[in-house]
Amino acid sequence: MASIITANRLTSGEVVYLAPNGTWVRDIAAAEPSADEASNRRIEQIAARAVAANHIISPYLVDVRLEAGRPVPLSVREKIRAQHRPTV
Amino acid sequence: MYRYDSYDDAFVRSRAAQFRDQVTRRLVGDLSEEQFRPLRLQNGLYLQLHSYMLRVAIPYGVLSANQLRALAAIARRYDRGFGHFTTRQNIQFNWTRLADAPDIIDALADAGMHAIQTSGNCIRNVTADPYAGVAADEIEDPRIWGEVLRQWSSAHPEFLFLPRKFKIAISGALEDRAAVLFHDIGIRIVRHRDGSAGFAILVGGGQGRTPYVAQELRSFLPRQHLLSYLEAVMRVYNLNGRRDNLYKARIKVLVNALGIDEFRRQVEAEWQRIDHDAIDLPEAELQRITEAFTLPSLPVRAATSTEVARRRRADPAFDSFWRNNTTPHREPGYRILTIALKEPGLIPGDATAEQMDAVAALAERYGHDEVRVTYTQNLVLPHVAVADLPNVYDALVAAGLHAANAGLITDLIACPGLDYCNLANARSIPIAQEIARRFADTGRAQAIGTLRLNISGCINACGHHHAGNIGILGVDKKGTEHYQITLGGSPGNDAQIGEIVGPSFAAEDLPDAIERIIETYLALRHGSDETFLTLYRRVGIAPFKHALYAQGAIARLPHKTDRQLTQEAALP
Repeated sequence: MASIITANRLTSGEVVYLAPNGTWVRDIAAAEPSADEASNRRIEQIAARAVAANHIISPYLVDVRLEAGRPVPLSVREKIRAQHRPTV
Repeated sequence: MYRYDSYDDAFVRSRAAQFRDQVTRRLVGDLSEEQFRPLRLQNGLYLQLHSYMLRVAIPYGVLSANQLRALAAIARRYDRGFGHFTTRQNIQFNWTRLADAPDIIDALADAGMHAIQTSGNCIRNVTADPYAGVAADEIEDPRIWGEVLRQWSSAHPEFLFLPRKFKIAISGALEDRAAVLFHDIGIRIVRHRDGSAGFAILVGGGQGRTPYVAQELRSFLPRQHLLSYLEAVMRVYNLNGRRDNLYKARIKVLVNALGIDEFRRQVEAEWQRIDHDAIDLPEAELQRITEAFTLPSLPVRAATSTEVARRRRADPAFDSFWRNNTTPHREPGYRILTIALKEPGLIPGDATAEQMDAVAALAERYGHDEVRVTYTQNLVLPHVAVADLPNVYDALVAAGLHAANAGLITDLIACPGLDYCNLANARSIPIAQEIARRFADTGRAQAIGTLRLNISGCINACGHHHAGNIGILGVDKKGTEHYQITLGGSPGNDAQIGEIVGPSFAAEDLPDAIERIIETYLALRHGSDETFLTLYRRVGIAPFKHALYAQGAIARLPHKTDRQLTQEAALP
């Protein structure tokens, strides 16, 4: 199982994901998947620095499966967050 | 209604300025999130799934037209053009930005409102009977004491860091429309044998993980001692409530651990130690607050109207609205009018900025400048002249606010659930919408009669599922949303916690299960006068269990495979 790291942007609260180039983006498809513990620790450290720099808040890892290399969240909650809107 | 005096205004504005400074320091990084989080929560600003959410206090559910317009303006300018009325008579804005929060708080202060103590382990916004001051069955107006409690509990230095959040509700009428028995402290205005009015004090009610109906702490408290007595209750809780376990920190757990008699003994002992005169409200101040709540001078209007009678005969939709959404006022020429934010298929409790403006305009033109918010997520115009009802109804039709279902199965309560909320396990809104669509025909809903159906997306029970005649609780079962049904709950004078009927249902099966419960009720009831709750108390849970789970019963529900049935039957 793969993971990505998500957070909310400090100023707006919007849902963001860490992309491979180190930026925080809205599109979950652009998130950087991590496949092992070592890379999980690495992306968590990047997130911690982004928290310290006041870009994001509340980062955490999300379980995903990869479809054509793109991360798709497993839980209903993360599917809803990734849409940036309620299902209704 | 009560208007801020210079002290209230100065206090709210100083808090707004303080919050602006805190947000500024957060945005430039002088405050960390860890430092800032408790500060934003003290001002009602949560981080939810998609965005920041601001919860604005509506003290005892009372708004002026001007305040409702201010909320509409905030929805339009800082949110996505709507607000969500909550089960604690507040309003939430779901799409706010941190950077805008200080401007929103200033806009609230301009209208005599704030978001203070709408979160955190403090005494929250006091809720009250939405028919306060106008109900035909009222002993005394609870808004007076709601305002007294608002002033006493706002920034009370001793009670800002309680073991857990603390909710107070007050009712002054014979019928409980404020769910007082499901609050940390419930207050009922009662009349003593000697004719004087005072309070019955109930304590330890609440829903959530461990639901309890409140127990009587004192059957009669003379009115002048309310504050000193509540101070004693709060002190016993503050000292002895559990701070080591989040799930055992509410006063209900303390009351049940000690037993009501021991809890009462401790409260009475503390009360004896308190200097009553230093805390109880001076008579002159009570008089000042009381005057703010005198009934507006309502011109004498005719108790009946030929135009209303004609319209009722000619227009079945208007007739349903009259029957379900209007209630006797203490003045015969007036009715209390409920605006149900429950159009089947829409989101319970949501109102657009345009709808809020429309209600504000109606309140000014026909309603003596008053609007109430109910904990069932509706609005109320408390004084509408009988003869004005056709005009008000037509304006509500134009605004899409004419759902004629107050008190019926489609007037359901639903929390925001997993569509918005960080705590939720399952979605509430789509379930509410689907059930409401099933029973959207007003004639059918009316034939079913009075019924409270409540939906929560997690065990925290913001959707009051424990108190629903039919309650629905969303649970996460191995990553999928399932829904557990409870039956027989009641929020009123006869408060009761619903009983779990059996294994949970998948989302797609739930509306059919609700249909099955309603069919069972209709088949067994002794005429339309026997409400769902009355029937449930007569026949118990067994016929409903049978209808839902007997051999083959669930299999007749669509979408269900045999394999799913076997799996569900095996669950505890």
